[in-house]
Amino acid sequence: MGVSTQMSDVERGSQSEQSLSSDLSIDTDGTDIDTATTHPLVVENLQKSFGGITAVDNASFEVEAGTLTGLIGPNGAGKSTTFNLITGTLTPDSGTVRFNDEDITGATPHDVANRGLVRTFQIARELEEMTVLENMMLAPKRQRGEALWRSVVPGFRSDVAEQETELLDRVWDVIEFFEIDHIADEYAGNLSGGQRKLLELARALLTDPDMLLLDEPFAGVNPSLERRLLEHIHELREQGYTFLLVEHDMDLIMENCEHVIVLHQGRVLTEGSPDEVRGDEDVIEAYLGGTV
Amino acid sequence: MSTTTLPDSLTRRVPGGDAGIIIATLAATYLAYVLIGIGLGYSLRGQLNTIAVLTFYIGVFAMLALALNLHWGYTGLFNIGIVGFMAVGIYVMALVSKPVYQAGGASQVGGLGLPVIIGIIAGMIAASLLGLLIALPALRLRADYLAIVTIAMSEIVRFSFLSGQLQQFNLAGRRVGFGGGSGLILDYTDPLESFFSFFGLWDAYLGLIETFGIIIPNNPKPVVDGLVYGVVLLSFVGLYFWLLKRTGESPFGRVLKAIREDEEAASSLGKDTNGFKIKAFMLGCALMGLAGILWFMRSGAVTPNTFRPRITFFVWIALIIGGAGSNTGSVLGGAIFAALLYQGPRYLKNLLDTVLPSASSPSSFGPAIAPLISNLDITPLLFYTIDNIRQLQLVFMGVVLIWLMHNRPEGLLGHRTETASPITLSAPIAQTVASESRSTTADADTDPDPDATEDIAPDGGSNSTTDSNNGGINSNE
Repeated sequence: MGVSTQMSDVERGSQSEQSLSSDLSIDTDGTDIDTATTHPLVVENLQKSFGGITAVDNASFEVEAGTLTGLIGPNGAGKSTTFNLITGTLTPDSGTVRFNDEDITGATPHDVANRGLVRTFQIARELEEMTVLENMMLAPKRQRGEALWRSVVPGFRSDVAEQETELLDRVWDVIEFFEIDHIADEYAGNLSGGQRKLLELARALLTDPDMLLLDEPFAGVNPSLERRLLEHIHELREQGYTFLLVEHDMDLIMENCEHVIVLHQGRVLTEGSPDEVRGDEDVIEAYLGGTV
Repeated sequence: MSTTTLPDSLTRRVPGGDAGIIIATLAATYLAYVLIGIGLGYSLRGQLNTIAVLTFYIGVFAMLALALNLHWGYTGLFNIGIVGFMAVGIYVMALVSKPVYQAGGASQVGGLGLPVIIGIIAGMIAASLLGLLIALPALRLRADYLAIVTIAMSEIVRFSFLSGQLQQFNLAGRRVGFGGGSGLILDYTDPLESFFSFFGLWDAYLGLIETFGIIIPNNPKPVVDGLVYGVVLLSFVGLYFWLLKRTGESPFGRVLKAIREDEEAASSLGKDTNGFKIKAFMLGCALMGLAGILWFMRSGAVTPNTFRPRITFFVWIALIIGGAGSNTGSVLGGAIFAALLYQGPRYLKNLLDTVLPSASSPSSFGPAIAPLISNLDITPLLFYTIDNIRQLQLVFMGVVLIWLMHNRPEGLLGHRTETASPITLSAPIAQTVASESRSTTADADTDPDPDATEDIAPDGGSNSTTDSNNGGINSNE
């Protein structure tokens, strides 16, 4: 890659930095992230087996832009496997995953993330022996200093430092938005479970994503932090981010999502608005354990 | 738990910061060596030689520990094949820089006859390419598998240099080779001479040696060479430190740390972790190759069996003592290992030999232990122990390791805050925020070392942030 293209990357990066920081000033004029399609994520006929067990069986669904979509299902329904297939941690046996009209089936996790589809983990993956600030500073894309030579060769390092100062400002905006500024210098490993979830969401946001996949973001989080997390998610959704949420807690999904997809035994059992799903006989059966 | 760890507060108390700690440790070590030497009546020549040898080992172990710290401390790459990269470094350097083969010369094989500096660069490149070769398949494996691959590689390298096939071959019409089991004579011009000649300072250097003749009348050159080479090695340590500090304290280093902590999390944030790992691995391998070159290039000859895995483990001990993850700790670990565990016992033995020249030690364990049992005479056992101190050295190292694992597994300066950024990471407006949260959570101060925090409070804003963090966390839980 030539220097000129890298420069333009950096410029684009700083533009999106500005748009994010204006987002974070809670400017609720709606969708300013303009995706090419109204359905950024399209999953078609996804299939994955482990040995003789089919974890995901011909699953197809779409996620509409700017929504908070819930993905629910009983234990073993294939929710986490679906997530892993979408984000490149696992490769599907067949089927396709499309994101923003591009085929990302089988792409590497970092490639998927760089295209703007960023996930968080069921068990928070904070980087323990790095401070909260370091964790956050890691996330932004197109950092000049990630090229080894530029960080080392005298004369170029001031460029890196300059960008770091810009990044720090942007990171600090996000830290304040999530109200974790008082623990900014703390090692991430010393945080409570809920704070880790906040950190993870904040970090994912700093990669400047179009869409966030949250894997059980409320597991092990106390009720007050859960409310805070939900507030943040709603606020971000109003700013135009798209969310796909895996969650165990039916009530939580029903209260907060516009659209719900129900997985059962690796298949999409049904999907629709929370009310539609709630009334669905199959869903009741799957959850309450009718004839399976 | 607090971000102000013990090493942090210690570091801040020593004037001059990191450089201060290193210089103080080195000064204390040299002073101890000199004082012991004086107390036991060493000659000036002996003293200077001791210092030169000590400096040599401090230099090479500090360099190797620094390079390993990039692999293990920063990136979490479990490399136990260090000695293989060193061997490749020095052997390739020899191949490139040895003079062209001449029939009837002392050496069985020649080299390409290129300048030493080109040989050094070639050796580093070869070591890093070997690193790449291993990294491509092995970095996909989990940490412990990389360990197996690297140690196997280092043995493969040793056996390759031992093999008859590579003993002698033709390269570009020249008779070259690695000498096989009988070793390879390093018959190029003394690198020190090339170095000074390059800058046109060789005559000045010879003048310096003559001046030294005043204090060491009899053949001062080896002594001066040793001392000057020690200084060269310490400069290289400085260079390594500078390079790796810049590497670590950068966005690149931040990604390496993230890989060490959780590779999957790093890649979920869009970082091409394999690319970063390969770069870090190759850089570290090149530095290990260079350290190998600097260790052996003035030794006159090298044999493959020098490059046994024990050297790898020495470097690991040095890093563990110093504290993985800290560059300053790596230098300290290298210095302490070289002074106390590597050279210390040998020095002690030499001294005792000088002090008690008449003492004859028993030739085996039986005669050594018999007097102790028969008439409680411990002296023969003592002499026997001292005589075998080089073997016991490994026992000392084991004991030190076990003690460290139990009492301070993170080493001297492990878990130390060495922020991975070229700038100071603290809030642009941290002061006000910190003081607010502090006042609301004053009851929850769990700082394990409040004295240290108070001591350093006047010199900077970041401390108040640190202090308040404890409160913040507890109140939220």
